[in-house]
Amino acid sequence: MTSKEPKLFANESSESDSLFKASLPFRYNLDKVFAIVTWAATLSGLIVLGILLIDILIDGFSRLDWSFITSYPSRRAASAGILSPLVGSIWILVVTALIAFPLGVGAGIYLEEYSNDNWFTRLVEINIANLAAVPSIIYGLLGLQVFVRWFQPITNGRSILSGALTLALLILPIIIIGTREALRTVPSSLRQAGFALGATRWQVIREHVFPLALPGILTGTILALSRAIGETAPLIVIGALTFITFLPSISPQGLQSPFTVLPIQIYDWVSRPQVEFHNNAASGIIVLMLLLLVMNATAIFLRNKFQKSR
Amino acid sequence: MSTNPSSPPSPSSDLFRPNRQLSKWVELVVKYIFAAFALISVATTIGIVLTLIFETVEFFGDVPLWRFLTDREWTPRFVNPQYGIFVLISATLLTSAIAISVALPIGLLAAICLSEYAPPKVRSWLKPALEILAGVPTVVFGYFALLLVTPFLQNFIPALQGFNALSAGLVLGVSIIPLVASLSEDAIYAIPGSLRQGAYALGATKRETIVGVVLPSALSGIVASFVLAISRAIGETMIVTIAAGQNPQMGLNPFVPVMTMTAYIVQASLGDTPAGSLAYRTLFAVGMTLFLLTLVLNIFSFWFVRKFRETYE
Amino acid sequence: MKQDPINQPLSGQIKPPYSGYTSSKEAILQAEKVSVFYGSYLAVRDVFLDIETNKITAFIGPSGCGKSTLLRCFNRLNDLILGARVEGSIKFQGENLYDKKFDRKIEEVRRRIGMVFQKPTPFSKSIYENIAFGAKINGYQGDMDELVERSLRQAALWDEVKDKLKQSGLSLSGGQQQRLCIARAIAVQPDVILMDEPCSALDPISTLRIEDLLHELKEQYTIVIVTHNMQQASRVSDMTAFFNVEPTDKGGRMGYLVEYDRTEVIFQSPKEESTREYVSGRFG
Repeated sequence: MTSKEPKLFANESSESDSLFKASLPFRYNLDKVFAIVTWAATLSGLIVLGILLIDILIDGFSRLDWSFITSYPSRRAASAGILSPLVGSIWILVVTALIAFPLGVGAGIYLEEYSNDNWFTRLVEINIANLAAVPSIIYGLLGLQVFVRWFQPITNGRSILSGALTLALLILPIIIIGTREALRTVPSSLRQAGFALGATRWQVIREHVFPLALPGILTGTILALSRAIGETAPLIVIGALTFITFLPSISPQGLQSPFTVLPIQIYDWVSRPQVEFHNNAASGIIVLMLLLLVMNATAIFLRNKFQKSR
Repeated sequence: MSTNPSSPPSPSSDLFRPNRQLSKWVELVVKYIFAAFALISVATTIGIVLTLIFETVEFFGDVPLWRFLTDREWTPRFVNPQYGIFVLISATLLTSAIAISVALPIGLLAAICLSEYAPPKVRSWLKPALEILAGVPTVVFGYFALLLVTPFLQNFIPALQGFNALSAGLVLGVSIIPLVASLSEDAIYAIPGSLRQGAYALGATKRETIVGVVLPSALSGIVASFVLAISRAIGETMIVTIAAGQNPQMGLNPFVPVMTMTAYIVQASLGDTPAGSLAYRTLFAVGMTLFLLTLVLNIFSFWFVRKFRETYE
Repeated sequence: MKQDPINQPLSGQIKPPYSGYTSSKEAILQAEKVSVFYGSYLAVRDVFLDIETNKITAFIGPSGCGKSTLLRCFNRLNDLILGARVEGSIKFQGENLYDKKFDRKIEEVRRRIGMVFQKPTPFSKSIYENIAFGAKINGYQGDMDELVERSLRQAALWDEVKDKLKQSGLSLSGGQQQRLCIARAIAVQPDVILMDEPCSALDPISTLRIEDLLHELKEQYTIVIVTHNMQQASRVSDMTAFFNVEPTDKGGRMGYLVEYDRTEVIFQSPKEESTREYVSGRFG
């Protein structure tokens, strides 16, 4: 029996050994190549992210000043600003949060704390998983039909309220899932201790479970809201305008006011041919990303605090 | 407690007067309100399906289904309108195909890197970095595709037009890498170490263990992440609207402007679509087609996961 | 569990290769002064042990005594654990496996020293592919169908699965899965098979089948089996090594070899008091 590879062991005698050609150097080389490829894949995404951020900073930095923040959109690129889109985004953010937070947290508490594993729970669970795959623009069509048309007497059509309701439905599944995960981290011994004292389920949840889960729930909610703040398509579909030169009054009537948001303004500027408007878009992107950064930093801060206290 | 002489006498029971009746009511009310909240997600699905069906049926009252399926052009605003949905579908498939040929391999390789190769410390930096990429709004990716990627690619491909499916698809692919990476990593991470040891004990190298044993075991989770990524690519709107153009034309040439289903919905929404008009109904007919496509993918994913999920203790 | 075994070896002092048994020349695996550390924590200390060819050697002892840890040194599976470190030497056919020259040949070593785990770990592949996987990666040149059949026959599984080789290995029962894993280990034609409590997750009937199988397998292979079941050790093994555990100064627990001898000696007339107490069921 001749074998090209040197013998590994002195008394290598069995005939069966010659049936195996381990060719280890070749396999090790493949291993090395494979490892390098996985690293390259991971880094490629991050490199693109880096290029994107740098490109936008370069394009947008020159236009970024206080007057850019405090001016209304304009036909002249040099004097155009993002006051109304920024205020619109903040309106949408707040109203969406006010609608989606109680609904999502309530639904999450129901699914995690009240329901048994019955057909209703399973229906809701399958449904939530399904909704995650529905394109956001479809939610826009839903909002257009239901909130803009049918609920027109309440929402006044293409208004902040319609937009916020649409986005609330969009992020509801995310908040529900986040709430359930946060509730699951609360040890069940805590609930049993509460029941043992004679508390009702709601008392146990309100007094013991919810406070402990709250930071986790808030983290999930903020991440969901940062998704909402970056959404463009559904709001275009429900008919947010691109040219708004007034601010909604801070009152219930403000909810019925027409609006625009940052991503829509950015889209409007990107789709114009002039470079000046493109740079405005880049500046708008910087503001949008800063807004997202603040929200995400808050979420991470809450998460860390949450983890430390446990 | 009674053994301790200094402890106060146990309070007599008449000091406790719980309002059991009220608690019971609150308990019931809270439960049903929260159940109603949970029902909203179901109502959302029903609402989506009903609105789409309602307006689509009206649409097919005006435009016969066979024209929707056989027309060779998409020109709803022309005097002699044509409604060939496959013009839009071909563009959607083109951009999605480019996107997933970027996102699936890179996302899966990144998932392998994160769960198998990256040391814990590096991993704790890489994961949040990928989350940032996932959190970038799509309108930003659209800007990037139109104003940086396209001019860059034009250096190498002179035939590439200002709006094209190629840049849009590539950037769309980058935007869904984190989704694939994160969900696939969850699936790979869940494979028990005992299985890996089983492969190592047979003399497998690390790569052989990953490719031969770990990935096949995580297959259902990986496929689920792939399917979700594909439906994300099909339904993505802003990148393709901004960078792929607004030019409905049949064909699979990635160098020329095309119009996806989502881009049509945006373009039409920005124009005049009074409720009840044909233009308004066309929106929903296109939306219905899009919804059905993602629904089919979703059902396939459920079926696949159910069929191929292996359970490890 | 008693924390004061009689004959507690003094820390730091190296005991000679246990009392009583002199190693034969047919030893295929030789552990010499093997200590295993996890980080700075010493898990197993100073083991001297010779495993003889074509015999079944059982490792017994209370949990935490390091018997599984030591077993995983024989195919260097501890390499996979971050921070694990092995001191001393383990010779396989006279060559020290912890020698640097094996660092990049460890896959070849593991082909020759197979392993079966506590829980059955079939791959999520067909039964056929489960067997063929190891042979393929190790560059098997022979006829694959024949190898699969032979391995399954040796593992006494062929008759049960010959009509469903394409089905997933996970579709089998627990006992069948474990025999599949044994067949998988046999397929790469090892010299030694290490078994880490292979029956602890199985029902009594499946356990019996595997024990019968072991008797047949020792004709061709050297088997080292870790078990917490003393009846099993006395039923299947030729040689038995008893390990015990003692608390360390730092609050950890450290395993060491107490006694190693022919199985009947260990179970009937052990030299050490703690062995006698353990095999008679008084602790552990």
